[in-house]
Amino acid sequence: MMIAIFALVLWGALWAFNVKLAGWLSDRYARIAVPIVFGLTLVVMVELLVIGLNVSFVILPRPSEMVVRLFTSYEMLWEDFVQTILKGALTGYVVGCSTALLVAFLASWSDFLRRGLLPLGNFVAALPVVGLAPIMVMWFGFGWESKAAIVVSMCFFPMLVNSVQGLAATNAIERDLFKTYAATPLQQLGLLRLPAAMPFILNGLKVCTPLALIGAIVAEFFGSPFLGMGFRIKTSVGTLSLDLVWAEIIVAAIAGTGFFGLLLIIERSLTFWHPSQRR
Amino acid sequence: MSVVTAEGLSLTFPGDVQALKDVNLSVEAGEFVSFIGPSGCGKTTFLRVVADLEKPTGGEVRVTGLSPEEARMQRAYGYVFQQPGLLPWRTVEGNIRLPLALMGQDKHVMAERVASVLKMVELDGFGTKYPWQLSGGMQQRASIARALAFDAELLLMDEPFGALDEIVRDRLNDQLLDLWRTTQKTVLFVTHSIPEAVYLSTKIVVMSPRPGRVAKVINNPLPPDRPLEVRESTEFLAVAAEVRNTLREGMD
Amino acid sequence: MLAWLSRSVLPVATIVAAIIVIWYAAAIPMNSMRTYMMAPDDAEISFSELVSDTWSQKKPQLPLPHQIVREVKKQATFSWIWKEKRRGYKRSLIYHTWVTLSSTLLGFGLGLVLGVSLSLAIVYSRVMDLSVMPWVITSQTIPIIAIAPMIIVIMAPMGLTGLMPKGVISMYLSYFPIVIGMTKGLRSSDPILEDQMKTWSATAFQTFLLLRLPSALPYLFPAMKISLAAALVGAVVAELPSGARAGLGARLLVFSYRSETIPMWANLVSAAILAGLLVVSFGMLERALNRRLGFRTAGEVSS
Repeated sequence: MMIAIFALVLWGALWAFNVKLAGWLSDRYARIAVPIVFGLTLVVMVELLVIGLNVSFVILPRPSEMVVRLFTSYEMLWEDFVQTILKGALTGYVVGCSTALLVAFLASWSDFLRRGLLPLGNFVAALPVVGLAPIMVMWFGFGWESKAAIVVSMCFFPMLVNSVQGLAATNAIERDLFKTYAATPLQQLGLLRLPAAMPFILNGLKVCTPLALIGAIVAEFFGSPFLGMGFRIKTSVGTLSLDLVWAEIIVAAIAGTGFFGLLLIIERSLTFWHPSQRR
Repeated sequence: MSVVTAEGLSLTFPGDVQALKDVNLSVEAGEFVSFIGPSGCGKTTFLRVVADLEKPTGGEVRVTGLSPEEARMQRAYGYVFQQPGLLPWRTVEGNIRLPLALMGQDKHVMAERVASVLKMVELDGFGTKYPWQLSGGMQQRASIARALAFDAELLLMDEPFGALDEIVRDRLNDQLLDLWRTTQKTVLFVTHSIPEAVYLSTKIVVMSPRPGRVAKVINNPLPPDRPLEVRESTEFLAVAAEVRNTLREGMD
Repeated sequence: MLAWLSRSVLPVATIVAAIIVIWYAAAIPMNSMRTYMMAPDDAEISFSELVSDTWSQKKPQLPLPHQIVREVKKQATFSWIWKEKRRGYKRSLIYHTWVTLSSTLLGFGLGLVLGVSLSLAIVYSRVMDLSVMPWVITSQTIPIIAIAPMIIVIMAPMGLTGLMPKGVISMYLSYFPIVIGMTKGLRSSDPILEDQMKTWSATAFQTFLLLRLPSALPYLFPAMKISLAAALVGAVVAELPSGARAGLGARLLVFSYRSETIPMWANLVSAAILAGLLVVSFGMLERALNRRLGFRTAGEVSS
């Protein structure tokens, strides 16, 4: 009980520290330091509460136990990572997003196609496409191919909608300007439409990132070889090795956040000119 | 030599809106022609027809002796829009280089042209800035530099200073006049400011609406060398009065 | 009217028709394997026989639209709902849809409360903005399906089983669009009007109630629509690791083990119909509310 009370006091102290920090530091450093302190506070709190309240290992392992597991089982975790994230999610993500972009290019030439695809794409993007997972497992087998396939179908429509909107995001003056230069359609695509679409395309890529991870892991619940993050989570919950489950969650979190961070960096460097990115 | 000629030019938009009706006009090389009139008189439409951004429904237009489409394909004119229309992901230099790159010029020529037109509009030193880092007046100057970049004989300007405040506008008018005198280009200039039209032009085309047509072509007797003070001279005021009266007649 | 038909309806109808044609065409090669397997070795199968067989199998690789529609009609009967004879996954599709809908709505409600309170804290406290916002974004890059079993494990000893953990899992996806939309909305009030409020020396609460909240609503409604769709995905996903016996996701798992493809697709179609109904009915609510508050719904023609 003492430890639990100590945890709460510590929470208050660290929060107060964070308030000070936000006041002291300039915006640039506060933006990095404050969330890190907040995250660490959260982890320490959980650690202390689990010890203090005697929470059973089969309910919630201590964060330190999760991290230990991360290092002791890194080989298995790496294999799962390769199977689920690199082979399943990333392949599907690349194929799905690039196909959507290609279709969006085609649609940008034809007003008819654009009018047909946009409302349909918007509708399908609102559907629980993840439900196709068992069908993909049936069609493409237990291997990573079926996981990539479900990721393709989940990413395709949100990406398509964003790209189609992006490629139409030029204004009349810019289009007239390129006409006065007698620019070819290809020049117009490369020098006007594509750069103008970049903020939308990156937004689509951002939206698809968590979808890809969810799709790849969900599909493993419907059948997988004896390998993969979803498979491991499913079986480890059964054998009550919850530290391993949490280690998998940490890997998934690092992978997802890392990839998302990469996208943010690309976004900053490619669309620095967009009002939302200017500083 | 006539740079732009229009004979019996008409344009009716779908829904039976007559934007232009029987316009006859001829612009000689080196002239600075202003088009003035209330909104809906077809002054912008006329410029867009010359630029092949609209197709006429009747009559004939020749631009540097060619059809508007041929002239556009040969990049015979530079066009300045109401807004700067600079691409935000390109620097000022990058924007000016754009038309040159589209025409497949080589790098040295491009760099040379960019430097010289930047100097012409007094933007040297700002080439590596992005458009959104510049003031509205500077953006519009960059847009003029872009239209000058490929050295077309004809410059089409559609209310380029309409969105700017009067102080900036006066300054840019002065610069534009200098530019026109030194480069000897032919300019077609749409405006709705009488002082601007009188100050800049050698010829003022007054237009009236519904249907859009030419009400009167007024020759400006002012000498080509015009300091800002010329605006207080009696000659200037006389021309301005004539334009104003013509505009008023057109409204009735 | 005619122009509207040819501009909006015709393109969509054309693409839907193309999809259906491709669907029927694709079913022939995809289902033909079973046709050849079932036929005697020396049998000659004509094309018309092939077509009629591949379009009417019991467990086809790719069920056809007419088979799926028939199955939905057969299973979605009200008469089975209250009869105890049929148990588990065999109960009416309407029952299972209701189970999923209830956790969707719970997740959406929880997400709305969490999302709005977080965004209020973010807008009114710089420390909250700095410390919480990055983690809100990070939370969405962690796949919910990985955490879902853990949420169930943690909530069980607190006596929370069944609907509640599913609602929490669904909330994990649905709160995010609300936070983003509401935060943007609360910050979107016109600076001139804020100054105007200041000249009237309005209290912070008055400014919130009379200016900030109304300006946030046009952002909140579209965010709620996205959030509703996300809540449904969360609800379906939540049924997979929870060992749930009812609901569209749970049924999907059962049918996939038995490779009963037609019921599987029927299940998917009901999930799609549910999503469509949710989004459309919410859109109507949004329109009505906006009209009352004098806002223009995004996408409405201005005239």
